Amino acid sequence: MSMTVFQAMNGATFAALLFIVASGFTLIFGLMRIVNLAHGALYLMGGYFGLVVAHRTDSFTLALAAAALAVAAIGFGTYTLLLRFVGGNVLRQVLLTLGLALVLDDLALVIWGGDAFTVPIPEALRGPVQVGSLVYPKYRLFLLLFSVAVFIGLALLLRHTRLGALIRAGVDDAEMVDAMGIDIQRVFVYTFMLGAALAGIGGVLGGAFLTLYPTADSDILVFSLAVVIIGGRGSLAGTAIGSLFVGMLATFGQVWFPELAYFVIFGPMALLLAFRPLGLFGRTA
Amino acid sequence: MRPPLSMREPLEEVGDALADDALTRTPPRVMSSRARLIVAIACVALLVAVPFVVPGYKTSLVIETLIFATLAMSIDLLAGYAGRVSLGHGAIFGIATYVVLYHVTTGGGSPWVAMLLGVAAATVAAVVFALLAIRTSGVYFLLLTLALGMIVWGMCLRWTSVTGGENGLRGTVAPAWLAAQPVFYFFILIATSLMTWLMWRFAHSPFGLTLQGIRESESRMRTLGYNVPLHLFIGFTVSGFFAGLAGTLYAFFNSFVSPSTVALAQSVEGLLMVIVGGVGTLFGGLVGAAVIIALENLVSFYTERWPMVLGFMFIVTMIFAPEGLLGFARTLLARRGAEHRS
Repeated sequence: MSMTVFQAMNGATFAALLFIVASGFTLIFGLMRIVNLAHGALYLMGGYFGLVVAHRTDSFTLALAAAALAVAAIGFGTYTLLLRFVGGNVLRQVLLTLGLALVLDDLALVIWGGDAFTVPIPEALRGPVQVGSLVYPKYRLFLLLFSVAVFIGLALLLRHTRLGALIRAGVDDAEMVDAMGIDIQRVFVYTFMLGAALAGIGGVLGGAFLTLYPTADSDILVFSLAVVIIGGRGSLAGTAIGSLFVGMLATFGQVWFPELAYFVIFGPMALLLAFRPLGLFGRTA
Repeated sequence: MRPPLSMREPLEEVGDALADDALTRTPPRVMSSRARLIVAIACVALLVAVPFVVPGYKTSLVIETLIFATLAMSIDLLAGYAGRVSLGHGAIFGIATYVVLYHVTTGGGSPWVAMLLGVAAATVAAVVFALLAIRTSGVYFLLLTLALGMIVWGMCLRWTSVTGGENGLRGTVAPAWLAAQPVFYFFILIATSLMTWLMWRFAHSPFGLTLQGIRESESRMRTLGYNVPLHLFIGFTVSGFFAGLAGTLYAFFNSFVSPSTVALAQSVEGLLMVIVGGVGTLFGGLVGAAVIIALENLVSFYTERWPMVLGFMFIVTMIFAPEGLLGFARTLLARRGAEHRS
């Protein structure tokens, strides 16, 4: 019994990480229709940046901030230097981000090599904590709280700020927003940087308990894709539900059918798509 | 070029809009039929001469090129004619390779039966992929085929008792009479030429024209009374069938299969071959495969950074020449021809 609870907690905390990464992905996908296949690579880069800063400064907070800033900068460069040149052509954008992912991954392999690293976590978050009869790692609980904070933060940003209003309007009809005299390109750049920063933060948080290794990016990218496909484009609530779904399936799938774990995740996703091609909360226009 | 903000249409129209893109547009024909005949004869002569002029390692590179050209052409059948870009064909290709190696090494069966089973397995996989994917278009189609391909990769990696996990399956598959390199070379050359001819026939049949119609405008084809999902389903299945055939030949050639054969990188490389050679040109797949495989070997000679070079190629191609080398040359020739006439 307590084993099941333990696994459910693992599923929930994995879902928390997935939410942070996938919310960045879905923001970009929702507003710009760019399927950023370099999102996993940005996650990995963020993790490695955080690792370096954490080792230099011994501060987890600084590591998070540095990763967010550095990856947002990569996002800025990607959008203004590369993606703008293929503006409007969705397929070319996707394939371009795929190329970028290959370059960033290989770059990471050159710089940090093929070994697995763990981002050091602060003393306060180490060790287990006892909740009733359940003993559970402190850090994973922190991750759960952090993701809830990210959810609330993003919801507030989208609901109560000017940028949020512009993003919501852009998701519904970017052309109209542009026609109203608002510089939508600027909104695009900010959103792309925000989405990238979330991937970077996810990299540090994930790197602290899943470790960082050369193919970590494709693992996280595939899970994020599944989350967004299930949740629907550009929907925060959809991403949360999708994350929970994928996180639980991934955790229990690995326990119950270790050899077929992948199938357990994607089987239901494929089925869902057969009935709702746009995901649970997907909208066409 | 479309303005940056005109991608706000409903899903279906996005598919239509994608069809306008340089990526999925058939370039104009410029060569006369006589010039094309001469080029074709020269190509055949060159290919026949290969095992005698450059035996050994270089011939095996050409064999690899021919096999991957077939994979690229099968991807082009969908991307260039039906306007659906798939990232799952590497997985379909690899399933066939796995089945052939499993049947011969673990099952101890005959290679020809293995080949049949391999193609059948790949076709079944294509049927499943098609059933799920044909309802979507554009980016969603890409995402879905990518995810489906990843399932195959994950299963091949984890289902250790059958697939051998990371270690893969190893063993000589090709029958003894194919062991000599020139014989094997001509076997592959004839097989891939036959498949190329069949794919060309398919693409230029009335059915292929219907696929092109769907690429141009799905809603119009539906209004004209065409069963669009059925056409896409058959198109996808046929394309998967050819990818599977290429996969069985790869098993004969490589005698080894591991999860990297079904990985996303395989689909990506196949797609890049199509794009470099020009989407919707079919034969461009051969040019693309030759360029990519030659480059891969050249680069590997100097550095281990092949993925980075591949990534840069993707970025540069997407920004500067989305219509590929053949498409680029054709546009150039067409422009020159127009100037010449005026």
